[in-house]
Amino acid sequence: MSNIRKAFTNGKAFIAFITCGDPDLETTAAVVRSAVENGADLIELGIPFSDPTAEGPVIQGANLRALSGGVTSDKVFSLVRELRRDVSVPMVFMTYSNVVFSYGAERFISTCHEIGIDGLILPDLPFEEKDEFQPVCKQYDVDLISLIAPTSENRIAMIAKEAEGFIYVVSSLGVTGMRSEIKTDLASIIKVIRENTDTPCAIGFGISTPEQAKKMADLSDGAIVGSAIIKLLEKHGKNASEYVGAYVKSMKDAIR
Amino acid sequence: MTNPNGRFGIHGGQYIPETLMNAVIELEQAYDHYKNDPEFNRELGELFNEYAGRPSRLYFAQKMTNDLGGAKIYLKREDLNHTGAHKINNVLGQALLAKKMGKTRLIAETGAGQHGVATATAAALMGMECVVFMGEEDTIRQALNVYRMRLLGAEVIPVKSGTATLKDAVSEAMREWTSRISDTHYCLGSVMGPHPFPTIVRDFQAVISREIKEQMLQKEGRLPDAVIACVGGGSNAIGSFYHFIGDEEVRLIGCEAAGRGVDTFETAATIATGKLGIFHGMKSYFCQDEYGQIAPVYSISAGLDYPGVGPEHAHLHDIGRAEYVPITDEEAVCAFEYLAKTEGIIPAIESAHAVAHAIKLAPTMDRDKIIVITISGRGDKDCAAIARYRGEDIYE
Repeated sequence: MSNIRKAFTNGKAFIAFITCGDPDLETTAAVVRSAVENGADLIELGIPFSDPTAEGPVIQGANLRALSGGVTSDKVFSLVRELRRDVSVPMVFMTYSNVVFSYGAERFISTCHEIGIDGLILPDLPFEEKDEFQPVCKQYDVDLISLIAPTSENRIAMIAKEAEGFIYVVSSLGVTGMRSEIKTDLASIIKVIRENTDTPCAIGFGISTPEQAKKMADLSDGAIVGSAIIKLLEKHGKNASEYVGAYVKSMKDAIR
Repeated sequence: MTNPNGRFGIHGGQYIPETLMNAVIELEQAYDHYKNDPEFNRELGELFNEYAGRPSRLYFAQKMTNDLGGAKIYLKREDLNHTGAHKINNVLGQALLAKKMGKTRLIAETGAGQHGVATATAAALMGMECVVFMGEEDTIRQALNVYRMRLLGAEVIPVKSGTATLKDAVSEAMREWTSRISDTHYCLGSVMGPHPFPTIVRDFQAVISREIKEQMLQKEGRLPDAVIACVGGGSNAIGSFYHFIGDEEVRLIGCEAAGRGVDTFETAATIATGKLGIFHGMKSYFCQDEYGQIAPVYSISAGLDYPGVGPEHAHLHDIGRAEYVPITDEEAVCAFEYLAKTEGIIPAIESAHAVAHAIKLAPTMDRDKIIVITISGRGDKDCAAIARYRGEDIYE
């Protein structure tokens, strides 16, 4: 069984996204530990990319700050090695195809396996292109996470049937970032997913409040939050870990 | 040249968010239907001829030929098209297609502003809403084109993210498309991005080489020995090459923007300095660092200031069918001035990159050889920037 499934054995899962190296890797390590201590069930570690086309302004900013601080894939790998000494919750990387491709798919993905990364989320790698990395991911036991969007419609079953780890359900059109309201008929999407797979699904994009998280977790197996956490990092910088911890606790408590 | 998955050799593909997949599938299906539809082609032909002013002239540049003392030089005058560049060919095709698909709104990215102006023009003509994303840096370099777009009824959104140039405008247009799909067509301006864009844009631009071939056969009774065009994403170049790809005796030469030189970091010469990668929906060559971070590129030409190249060009490079050469800012500016003084034609600074290579190549060829240079656009938009490059204090 995929290690990622463990994240879904403690009630509804709270999944926290953190851009590595924003504002520096020491802060990232502290924030990850604080999120885990306060109930995060799975950590998505963002490896920054110069041109994150699926991100809204908040996470774009985090990518930029991290890159200007000199973060590289190799430095992120070292961070994970260090975190894995005491952090046991599942962790996945969220980055863009070129970061993996340019490093060498086999070199990148075998490193993921070696350092204890359980999955890979690549928002610019749709079902049709997953053969780019899927065979190597399978070889090294790293789950390539599938995304399903409000526009997926006739594609949901096809994607769900081959999904591994968990399914990332994109709550709304557009890029990442906080939204006051999520209008997509997610219940219908989740219904089709459930008919086709027992892989858990979590909803992300636009979730920032405990109320939203509760609503999304009620519909699915968990809630994914990125921009709201990055906002705290943007505001509190190196001192963000206690604020992130308190926030994660409020979110996990809401969906428990 | 395209296989069903939108690949050109190993290049191309559809590396885009799931949110956009059904949109590109819908576009591909619509295009497959309309490209063979006689009524669609009649309407497009009429727009090309009556509105855009096609066919564009193939002009024998006698003075330039005499001055360089080698191959005969012909200029394919895409600068004479309505809106002043080849961009209108693609835009009329895509706008008509979008309209047939029931879309009411066009979004586009633009570098120099030519594609933005062309899209705003087509939107005005066809009664569609239009939003153009343009790097903030470029809105300053090409202020007049910003005004043109607004005059044509388009909204121009300056993009501040990243390097605030063409690549960031593409990223922002893609982000906008993911947020509003049902009524919106993304009118991509070059032979890049996810399948089917590289194929659609190529097909609409292929009118350039179809005309060159006919005109050349009429004027000279034979094919040219070389066709030269500038390459950013590569739409005027692929349009100029396409109908000659099967004619192995015709050399196809793409001129990339070397900026301050391929041995500096201030360059946009992708094939000369880039490596294989995945970005903006496609696998192709990109200027990037060892970790795959896309490099901030530089060229005096806003239209060639892009860190990637269309996948079909990457493939033509791989198989050796086309050659790609870097041209520096200085060489392009000299060619810009040369063509103005020699033929009374002010080319776009983008097109001047192609002229610069012809200036080097023609004298090495016999007088019975023939070179065609595609003048992809007119240079009025560049005059102030070139004047400043030459140290004159001129602003638009």
